This record gives sequence, C-alpha cells and structure tokens, in this order.
Amino acid sequence: MSITVYVPREATARSLGADAVARALMDEAARRGQSLQLVRNGSRGLFWLEPLVEVQTTAGRIAYGPVSAADVSSLFAADFLQGGAHRLRLGDPDSIPYLHKQERLTCSRLGVIDPVSLEDYRAHGGYAGLQAALSMPAAAIVQAVTDSGLRGRGGAAFPTGIKWNTVLGAPGAQKYIVCNADEGDSGTFSDRLLMEGDPFCLIEGMTIAALATGATRGYIYLRWEYPQANEVLSQAIATARTAGLLGADVLGSGSAFELELRLGAGAYICGEETSLLESLEGRRGEVRYRPPLPAVKGLFGGPTVINNVITFASVPIILARGASFYRDYGMGRSRGSLPMQLAGNIARGGLVERAFGVTLRELLYDYGGGSRSGRPIRAVQVGGPLGAYWPESKFDIPLDYEAYAQAGGMIGHGGIVAFDDTVDMAAQARYAMEFCAIESCGKCTPCRIGSARGVEVIDRLVAGERRGSQEALLRDLCDTMVKGSLCALGGLTPYPVLSALDYFPEDFVKPAALRATGS
Amino acid sequence: MSERKRVTIPIRPAPGTDLPQAERAAVLEALGRHRDLQGALLPVLHAVQERLGWVPPRTVPLIAFELNLSRAEVHGVLTFYHYFRQTPPGRHVIHLCRAEACQAVGSAELQAHAKRVLGTDFHGTSGDGSYTLEPVYCLGNCATGPSMMLDGDLHSFVTPARFDALLQAEASTARPGNAQGSVPIGVSGT
Repeated sequence: MSITVYVPREATARSLGADAVARALMDEAARRGQSLQLVRNGSRGLFWLEPLVEVQTTAGRIAYGPVSAADVSSLFAADFLQGGAHRLRLGDPDSIPYLHKQERLTCSRLGVIDPVSLEDYRAHGGYAGLQAALSMPAAAIVQAVTDSGLRGRGGAAFPTGIKWNTVLGAPGAQKYIVCNADEGDSGTFSDRLLMEGDPFCLIEGMTIAALATGATRGYIYLRWEYPQANEVLSQAIATARTAGLLGADVLGSGSAFELELRLGAGAYICGEETSLLESLEGRRGEVRYRPPLPAVKGLFGGPTVINNVITFASVPIILARGASFYRDYGMGRSRGSLPMQLAGNIARGGLVERAFGVTLRELLYDYGGGSRSGRPIRAVQVGGPLGAYWPESKFDIPLDYEAYAQAGGMIGHGGIVAFDDTVDMAAQARYAMEFCAIESCGKCTPCRIGSARGVEVIDRLVAGERRGSQEALLRDLCDTMVKGSLCALGGLTPYPVLSALDYFPEDFVKPAALRATGS
Repeated sequence: MSERKRVTIPIRPAPGTDLPQAERAAVLEALGRHRDLQGALLPVLHAVQERLGWVPPRTVPLIAFELNLSRAEVHGVLTFYHYFRQTPPGRHVIHLCRAEACQAVGSAELQAHAKRVLGTDFHGTSGDGSYTLEPVYCLGNCATGPSMMLDGDLHSFVTPARFDALLQAEASTARPGNAQGSVPIGVSGT
C-alpha cells in the first residue's frame, strides 16, 4: 500500500534542506521496496521545526521535525510510516501547542493540502465561497464583505467592503482587480506562505472580488524575491484556467475573469498601491497624487480594487461561512483574525494567526519562546520598516489597529521583529532613514531629501555634535516628513526613528571613549 | 490588445542593428513574447535579464523603438528598479539580506565578512569574476536569518562560516544552472 508523506516545498523549508530530505526519503523507500506517495505541501509556518515531515497514517497525520537527510534511515528504522516512535516525533501536528492555540481562518489550509491540487483544495472547503458568491447579486457580495468588518491586511487597514463598493459604483467599461503581492516589509512572510501553500485561496478571493465589482481582468503583482511563490502561483493559475475557474466564463456564470501574474523588480516603494499601478503600467514606480483614488481611476485609468494577498485570501471564508462568523472574532473595530509573523531574534519564529486583541508579550514569549540568542528581548519592531520600535513597557498593548495607532505605531502587515539587548537603537534609527533614502521614489521632497538629511543629522547626534540642536532638528525634520510626504514611505519613516529616540535615548548618547573606537 | 496598430517610421540606421547578435536575439525574443501585453516594459526587461543576466544599456534604443516609447522612458524604468542590472554580473550572484529581521541576528557581521572575502562592496564583483554581491531588502525568510540567495537558491542561518562553506560547495560542484530544477515535486515511487 502506498503511504502519503508530506515534505514542504515552501521556501524556508527548502532553505533548511527540505529538498534533500525529500530525495533521501524517496531513495530510502526505493531501497526498502516501500511504495511512497510524496506530496510537497506548503509550510504550516512553524519554522524551528522545518523541514517538518508528515505521514498520513491510519490514525491521522503524524509529524516529525526538524528532519535532516541524515535522519531519514533512522526514521524508516523506527517505522515512521506507521507513526513509529522516534526522537523527532511530534505527533498530530494540530496538537502542537503553537498551532493548537491559533485561530486559523485565512491560513487554515497551509501545510495541510497539496498547494497545486485543485481536488485537495476543494476537499478542504475550497471554492465554497465562490459558489456562494455566484448565487448572490454583486451588491450582496460587497455587503457581506462590509459586514464582516474585514480591513486591508497590507497595512493601511482600510475597510475592504467600502473600497469594493466604490469600484462597484464607479462608471467604467473596464474594471480591474489587482493583488498587491509585493510583500516588502522585513519580518513579514504571510503573503508568501499563503501563495506557496494555498494559491487557489488567493485566486478564489480575487475571483469573488471580480464578481462583486464587475471587473473582468486581474493582476497579481509579485516581488521577484519570491521565486517559489511565482512557480506555485503560475501553476495554480494555469490549473484554474483549465478547470474553467478563470477565463471567459467562470464556472458557467457568464462572467469573465482573466488573471495574470506580473513580477516586480526590487523596488520597495511598489508596495504602495499607486506606485504599484504605475509599475504594472510599465513605468517607474512613482507614487501618484490622490485623488483620484484607484477605486475610481486606477490601473490604465479604470476603476480598480487593489488589495493585499491576505485580504483577498480572507474573502472566501467570509462568503462560505458568512460575515458574522468572521466578525465574531476580534476586538473593537478590528474584526476577524490577523496572520502575524514572528521574526528576527526569536527562538520559535513563524506564523501565528490569531484574532485581534492578542498582546505582543503573548506572541513573543508564549509562542516565540523569547529570543533565539537567549538574551533579554529589548526592542520589538512591529509593522515593518515603517513601524515603531517598542520597549518592553509596551508589550501589553492589545494588537488592535486603533490601540496601536493611539500608542504611536501601527500593526501594518503584522510583522514582528524581535531584537535582544545587543541592539544599537541609534543604528536602527539611522538605518530607517537610510532605507527610506534608498527606496524613495523621489517624487516628493520631504521623503527624497528629508531621508538623506535624516541620516546626516543622526550621525551628528551620535557623534555628540551640538546635541541639543541636532535632536531638535531631527524632530523637526521628522515632523516635516510625516506631514509633507506624499505616501507612507516618507510619512511613516519617522515612526521607527522617533520611537528609537523616545524609548531608547541612552543609545544616542555614547561615551566619548566608545565614539573614539567607532563602536 | 493584440490588434494594436503598428506604424513603422523609418529610422536610419534602424535601432538595434549595431547590437551583438546575442543581445539582439534576446531583446527580439523578449519583445516577441511580451510586446502585446498592456504595460509590457517590465516583462520585457525581465525576459532580457533572464536570458543575458543583465540589460545592456545599448539595448535601450531597440526596446524603446519596438514598444513605441522614448529612450528616456526605457532608461528611466531600467534605472529605477534595483533588480535590473546595467552591468554584466559575475558567474554567480549573491543577494545578502540587509533588512531588520536579519540585522537582529547578525547580518551586519555577515555583510562585512562577505565584502572582505570577495574583496568588493555591494553592487560589485569579485576580482576573478566569480561572485557579484548585491544587497536585498528582505527575502521573506525572516525567522531563520541571516538570509541570503545564491543564484536564486535561498539559504538560512548564514553565519560567516556557513557563507564560506556555501561558496566552497558552489566552487566544488560545477552544476549547470539552478539545482532546484531536479527536485522531486509530488511524485510517487516504489
């Protein structure tokens, strides 16, 4: 009898040797005359356990990890194909506390299914959302999304239903659905995990958006840094087209939806929606003035829904299970769940999808297990390179869009980067300005020039030159960038800078002896 | 879209006639595949770079002419995006992550080491033409850093020692192209 074994083909698992493990498994099985069905699944996002090998036994799936190629013969010797005891045996993957304590709504299929198998996707609830949407008028689909309370998961947290409603009501012969898959924030990988592990979910969400707004063309703008996602998505799009789930007549509904994958080229700014549209149109990724909003006049001048990967991927379950099912999770005006990403100096990094309201302390210690280095966690950057650095005194703020904004930060795309006590926060502040200078599109002055001057001011501040006046100058400059920049890059770069200065002022004052040695 | 009218204005000499054969072929092939797309320029540049490893600036007039854009527009796009190269890369390309999650686990040390070992700063190529060193702002591999990409293959926990080992392994296995091609993907066997 052929036994099914799962080895992720997800990028992090591969970087940790998953391909060698897969090869070793097949070789060893052949040597033993054992019939094996190898499925290259996505990752469940428990990276310290990757490569995580799972076996489909009669008693359900049994996980082993982290497995290296050298472990393979001992796994066979321990009869792992029947779930045998082994030092790497983890048991039922769903019972691993890290996973067991999550609320996986959007990411429920990650690591469970074969990402490129439409049958597997359907067997796990896939396309139930689209089926429901097909029986609804467009306005009712939009209403369901509005009622669910879903807000843009890319970072700006704009209510998705309101955006869709604008596109639905906007006049235009050709409307577009654009997926922002330019996940450039450091510390984030939820888009990547979803695209590599459950690509049909994204395709389904975009198709529902098309039905809801009357759009017939869609684009996924994917960053070049994700070759694995590119491969899996391309395959899934082709499969969906063959199955009649994309194309001139989606599932015989009479509605057309053509979907195309486009690659970015290493510009962080193209994660900004108007810059992304410029890039899709074949130009430099320079930010556009608003108004007009993309929902009114977006891609090629047509009304355009532009949302992040996780936003689209959250739509199928809302349609399948109902708006109130999704809305019942969360707190305040932050409804549903957010796939958060534990990154940086953390012992157990990975994906944690929880309803809004969870605290950083819970994420960092209960899930993350503290720092990887074993030293105290001193600072945590939430929300990517434009997010604030939090000291431990802020670890108990609930993850909620409004609570974070009130504290002077943002949740953004849910990236959480931990630093231990060896971090130099003045260097982190300097890097924030430097990054802005490198990635600025150059269109507005506060961002283009302000960031370059920001690096210089921080250098003088740290060198102890005219300390008082330089700090005043830096704060003044940050104020100009916040208020005068055209988009979030220049407008939010001051967040990491000022939070470093406010919460870790001691790092900006180095003893003369240290300055002299340049450390 | 594919019905777009193409009016050819005679320009003497016709753009692109002076290009080396390989470059001209790469550009024409890229145009043949992508010219009818809306917003074709990025797909065309990607295709050229995929084939040649870079986008030679002297191909700009031909690309511009064929897409009915100005040279300035094509030059502007080519120079805006960090990924597009205007100089030929070394035999191997290393992308080192410089972003925060990797900083938190020692990427600064790795960067200094890589620059020292290769004898080049970012955007440069080692003296023997083996390795081009590029920064990258996040590979999305943020829980197992420091991260680097070597010829498209992602690597985790890249300490200076692991960096050396990866380069050594690369040097000792002359492999044609990308090793990821030979990976078992969803197969059954006995």
